[in-house]
Amino acid sequence: MALSEGQETSIAHPSALEVRRVSHRFGAKTVLDEVSLDVPQGAFVVLLGPNGAGKSTLFALITRLYDNVSGEIRILGHDVRRHPMAALQQLGVVFQSRSLDGDLSVMQNLTYHAALHGFGRREGRRLSEAVLAMVGLVDRARDKVRTLSGGQARRVEIARALLHDPSLLLLDEATVGLDIASRESVISIVRGLARERQVGVLWATHLVDEVDPNDQLVVLHRGRVRYSGPALDLVAGVKADSLRTAFMHVTELDQPDA
Amino acid sequence: MTAMPKARRLDVSAYIACFYGVVWREVLRFLHQRERFLAALVRPLVWLFVFAAGFRQVLGVSIIPPYETYVLYEVFVTPGLVGMVLLFNAMQTSLSMVHDRETGTMRTLLVSPFPRSFLLVSKLLGGVAVALLQVYAFLLIAYFWEIEPPLIGYVTVLPALVLSGLMLGALALFMSSVIRQLENFAGVMNFVIFPMFFASSALYPLWRIKESSPLLYEICRLNPFTHAVELIRFALYAKVAPAPLVIVAGFTAFFLAAAIYAYNPSKGLIGRRGAPRNGGA
Repeated sequence: MALSEGQETSIAHPSALEVRRVSHRFGAKTVLDEVSLDVPQGAFVVLLGPNGAGKSTLFALITRLYDNVSGEIRILGHDVRRHPMAALQQLGVVFQSRSLDGDLSVMQNLTYHAALHGFGRREGRRLSEAVLAMVGLVDRARDKVRTLSGGQARRVEIARALLHDPSLLLLDEATVGLDIASRESVISIVRGLARERQVGVLWATHLVDEVDPNDQLVVLHRGRVRYSGPALDLVAGVKADSLRTAFMHVTELDQPDA
Repeated sequence: MTAMPKARRLDVSAYIACFYGVVWREVLRFLHQRERFLAALVRPLVWLFVFAAGFRQVLGVSIIPPYETYVLYEVFVTPGLVGMVLLFNAMQTSLSMVHDRETGTMRTLLVSPFPRSFLLVSKLLGGVAVALLQVYAFLLIAYFWEIEPPLIGYVTVLPALVLSGLMLGALALFMSSVIRQLENFAGVMNFVIFPMFFASSALYPLWRIKESSPLLYEICRLNPFTHAVELIRFALYAKVAPAPLVIVAGFTAFFLAAAIYAYNPSKGLIGRRGAPRNGGA
């Protein structure tokens, strides 16, 4: 998935997500500098970077909170700026901040989301039950969201993001605030879904522990991609004894000019 | 590029489902917030029971349309208080839209594939639906306080409420998107709600204001809220006020366009105000 410049993605089988040379600045501060990355369909890609690396800004651009002024972002081949309707239909997002209504039931939250994708009541209920089964929470459908644990609420958000059957799933620090057990369960659910449903997953985190040696990895630091490729190769490439030290190595290269 | 896999056409029924879903969520949420309902109800009732009762002796209202007889001050002030309910609710809805734009709730809305203008108008109308519940609850209680418009008036006032509510919601959304200081409610009270409410025909007829200050009279006439109140006043008595109708409709279209432009984070003014505030950049 590490892509070389000029590599063409075939139209017949486009990547779930293609980011090409995207830069973004807030005022004078460059937050993203020529970022490129690629999430093939069905792949689990970890976007690893310390806080402030630009992960959330990249997500804001992919989700069209802001328009990307330079470069190109494509979801399943659809340019998010030029064809937002087609692109956003293929996108499911789990935001960093909690975004379920605590006062409403799990089912009400999900049917609301179904409506946002144009599904009527009956269809919305059917889809909601299907995705709740996927994350193992069918029996909580009628409960208010505020009665769920943090991990369960996250699973509902994952179910919600997959309700309209997207090709790309974005998760922004999805395990923040979860205990170790629920963290593991959330990660393994998402990994499983990527495989079974052929959803491309971009998993943003600042925690090295969440990277599996076999994962595809993109290291983002200070708005630039520092590494892109299999996690194992990063460790081997810098002759580090663990992923943690390898990560420290690539992110600390430019410390002196801080 | 149009023949991409899995693209689903969003037809009219999909738009209706989306609109319905957004409005229904607002209503559901509101029904769960009992304190908010209570506050929204107590506010105009205090004005009606206390302020209007006291004011009755000070201010006589002559026979002016749409009233056909002398009316008590309470009767005169009721459409103004209905306007106040709409105004407060519009401000609350729009403030929360601005406040939540970087957090999950609004972003969940904005990643919907429907056009943003459609989503924002749906959201504003969801706020209006909530305001309608408040207004009718208020009018019901007022009915037992001998504010008894004709029964048909409760129906004819509905379109006036929707139009006025949408105008105020759009105006509020525009202002709170552009002016950062309006992000807290105290600022809104002082600089928006109070001036709009007092410099209008909500509390006193315009001819009275003209007698005391021609300048204030002109200000009141420029105030969109005045025209909303007059539209509601006539509609509550099953009458159409043509000038206010045209003015409110015009303002609604204008404020909506301005609000959608200003609020849309990818295009408008709000995006230029700086980086996301929640957590890592």
